[in-house]
Amino acid sequence: MNLDALGACLATSACVVTQTTSGLIVGMLLFLVAAGVTLIFGVLKIVNFAHGTFYMLGGYVAYTALGATDSYTLAVLSGAFAMALFGVLFERLLISRVYGSNVLMQLLVCYAAVLIFDDVVKIVWGPEFHAMGMPPAFQVPPLFIAGGVVPPFYAVLIGIAALIAIVLGLGLSMTRLGKTVRAAAINPQMVSALGVNTTALFAIVFAIGGGLAGLAGALAAPVRSLSPGMGFSILIESFIVTVIGGMGSIAGALVAALVIGLVRGFGTIGFPQFTDGMIYIVMIVILLLRPQGLFGRRA
Amino acid sequence: MSGLVTRRTVLAGGAAGLLAAPWVARAQANTLRIGMQSILSGPIALLGTSSRNSLLIEQDRINAAGGFLGRPIEFVFRDSKGQPQEAARITRELVNSTGCELLIDAEASSGSFAVQEVVRDLGTIACIHTNSETSSLTADPKIRAPTAFRVARQGVHDAVAGSIYLADYASAKKLNKWATCSPDYAYGRDTTAQYLQFFKQFKPDVEVITDAWPKLGQPDFTEVITKLIQAKPQALFTLLYAGDLSAFVNQGNVYALFSQMMVATPNVDYPVLAAIKNLPPGIQSATRYLETFPDTPANKEWGQAYLKRWNERPTNWSWQNSVAMHFYEEAIRKTNSLDAKALAAALAGMKINSPFGADGTITMRDDHTTVGYAIGWGQTTPKEPFIIDVKPADWGKIIELETEWKKQQKYI
Repeated sequence: MNLDALGACLATSACVVTQTTSGLIVGMLLFLVAAGVTLIFGVLKIVNFAHGTFYMLGGYVAYTALGATDSYTLAVLSGAFAMALFGVLFERLLISRVYGSNVLMQLLVCYAAVLIFDDVVKIVWGPEFHAMGMPPAFQVPPLFIAGGVVPPFYAVLIGIAALIAIVLGLGLSMTRLGKTVRAAAINPQMVSALGVNTTALFAIVFAIGGGLAGLAGALAAPVRSLSPGMGFSILIESFIVTVIGGMGSIAGALVAALVIGLVRGFGTIGFPQFTDGMIYIVMIVILLLRPQGLFGRRA
Repeated sequence: MSGLVTRRTVLAGGAAGLLAAPWVARAQANTLRIGMQSILSGPIALLGTSSRNSLLIEQDRINAAGGFLGRPIEFVFRDSKGQPQEAARITRELVNSTGCELLIDAEASSGSFAVQEVVRDLGTIACIHTNSETSSLTADPKIRAPTAFRVARQGVHDAVAGSIYLADYASAKKLNKWATCSPDYAYGRDTTAQYLQFFKQFKPDVEVITDAWPKLGQPDFTEVITKLIQAKPQALFTLLYAGDLSAFVNQGNVYALFSQMMVATPNVDYPVLAAIKNLPPGIQSATRYLETFPDTPANKEWGQAYLKRWNERPTNWSWQNSVAMHFYEEAIRKTNSLDAKALAAALAGMKINSPFGADGTITMRDDHTTVGYAIGWGQTTPKEPFIIDVKPADWGKIIELETEWKKQQKYI
C-alpha cells in the first residue's frame, strides 16, 4: 500500500488526467462487453458465460478484415457485425435449447461453446498470439492536457464507447423495440401474450449483446494481443461489472465499469500489489450496502 | 464405386487388418515416445509452439539417423496452459499412461517446478527442462532432482551479463532512476531481484523509483504504463515476454513511453519483433536467439533451416529444445541405455559441440544446468537483423558472480 503516492497523484493535475484517462479506457471497453452480459441476463435470465468468446472472435475477425481491406473502420465494423450475426446463431442453435433449464445446464452449454471456439481459433488463426498494430491515422504523439498524457487513439475509443452507451440508453428508453425489450425483462409472459414475437426479440437481444462484445474486441485489437482464450479474463471482470451495476441494468453496467476502470487506474498507484483485490473489495462493499447492485431492482 | 464393395471384400479387408494388427502394434511398441509438455495456447503459446517446432525438426533428424538405440522416436505433445497442477498431472500421464520413456519439460517456470517434483517422485525417468529460467530450479540443491536437468539460459547468468552491459550503458548515458515491470510469478520476481542485485553492484548509485507486476497473460497494461510514466524514471527494465511484451510495446507506443524513458529487456525474440508492428528503435536488448550471434555458418544454417520448415524464425526456446535433444542423443550414445540414473550420470559434466555456444560448445555442469551458451546485448532496430551492435558477455565473470550469488543463497 502506498497512500503517499496516491495522495501525491491526486494532488497533481497531470497524474489525475493520465490515470483518469487510463481508467476510462479500461472501463469503457469493459462496459461494451458487460452491457451485453447484463442485457441478455435482463431479458432472458441467462448468464452468458460464453460472452468472452464474442469479444475474442470480434478481435480476430477484425484482424482478418484489416488484412483484407487495410481499413481499421471496416475491420471494426466487420468484428461488430460478424459477432451480431454470430449472436443470433448462438442463441437460436444453442441457448434457445436451454431456456428454462437449470443454471448448471446453461453453464455447461456456454462452457462447451467457450472450449469449442477457443479451439476453432487455434485451428483458423493458430495458437500463437497476433498483434494487429496501430492504424496509421493514430500513429501520432499523445496529447498533453493539464500535463497529463491522453493518447488520441484512446480518446477516440472512449468517445465511441460513450456514444454507444448514449445510443443504447436512448434506444432502450425511447424506441418501440427498446420499450419491448425492457417490458420483456420485467414480464416476458405478458409481452408474449400481447403478440410480440419473443423468438425474434430474444435473437435481437443476443445480436446486440454479441455485436457490442465484438465491437469491444475489434476496437481493442490494435493494442491488445490476440490469442485463444483471451475472452476469459475480460469475462470475469464483466461479471463483476454486471453484479455491481445490478443484474440487467445498462446504466448500472456503465457506472460499475467506470468504477472498476478508475479503481484500476488509481489503485495501481495507491495499492500496486492489491489492485485486483481492491476491485473485489469494492464489489463486496457495494453488495453489502445494496445487495441488488447499484441500479438493480430488489427481487 | 460403392457398388463394388461386397460382403466378401469387407470380410477380406477385416481379416487382412486382423493379421496386420500385431505388426502395427509391434511397430508402435518399438517407437520410443518422448513426452513434451508446455504452454501451447494463449498469449504465451509462442514458448510452446516454437519449442515444438524445433523438436519436430530434431525428430526428423534423429529418425533419419536411425533413432535412439535403433528405435524411431516420436514426441507426444501436451498443453498445460501454464497451470502448475495441470503440468504435474500431464507429467504423470505422459509417463504412466502414454508410455513415454524420456521427458522434455518445455514449461515456463510456473509449471517446471511442479514437473520437477513429479520427476523426483517417479525417480525412474530422465527429464530435461528446456524453458524455465528461474535459477533456483537447479541451483538450489533442495529443489534439484537427481534425474532432471536444465538446457536453458538461466536468470542469474542473464542477470550478470545484462547488469554489466546495462551498468556501462547507464553510466555513459547518466541513467540513475530506474523502474521495473515484470510478470508476477517466480521467474519475473526472482530474475528481477537478481538483475537489481548485480546492477546495483556494478552501479551503486542506481535507484529503483517504482515497480509494476502485471499478471502473466494480462490483456491490458494501460494502468501499468501510466503508472510508469507518472513515476518519471529515466529507464525501464522489463522481463515481459512473448504476447505480453508485444501488447506492452503496442500499448506503450500509444503513450509514447519509449520516447520518455530508455527501455531494456532481455526477452526479445524474432517472432515478437516481427509481431510488433511499430518496433521502437534503441531498446537495449539481449540476444535470446539471433542468427547473426554467434556469427557462424552453423548458426545461420540452423536458423535458415527452421525458417524454411516453419515459415517463421526460431526463438530462444527453439535452440534450447534443439540442444536438449543433442544432449539426450550424446548421453544415450554413451550409455546405450534409457535408464534415468545412467543417463543422469552421463549428462552431468557433459560438453557438446553446438552452434549456440559462445565458443562453439555448451557444457552441462554438475549442478544440472548448462553454461557457455551465447549471451550478448545490443539495441533494437525496426528492420532486420532487429538487434545491432551486439556485445558478447564474459562467461568468466558470469561464473564468478554466479558462484558468489550461490554462496549468498547458501546453495553451496
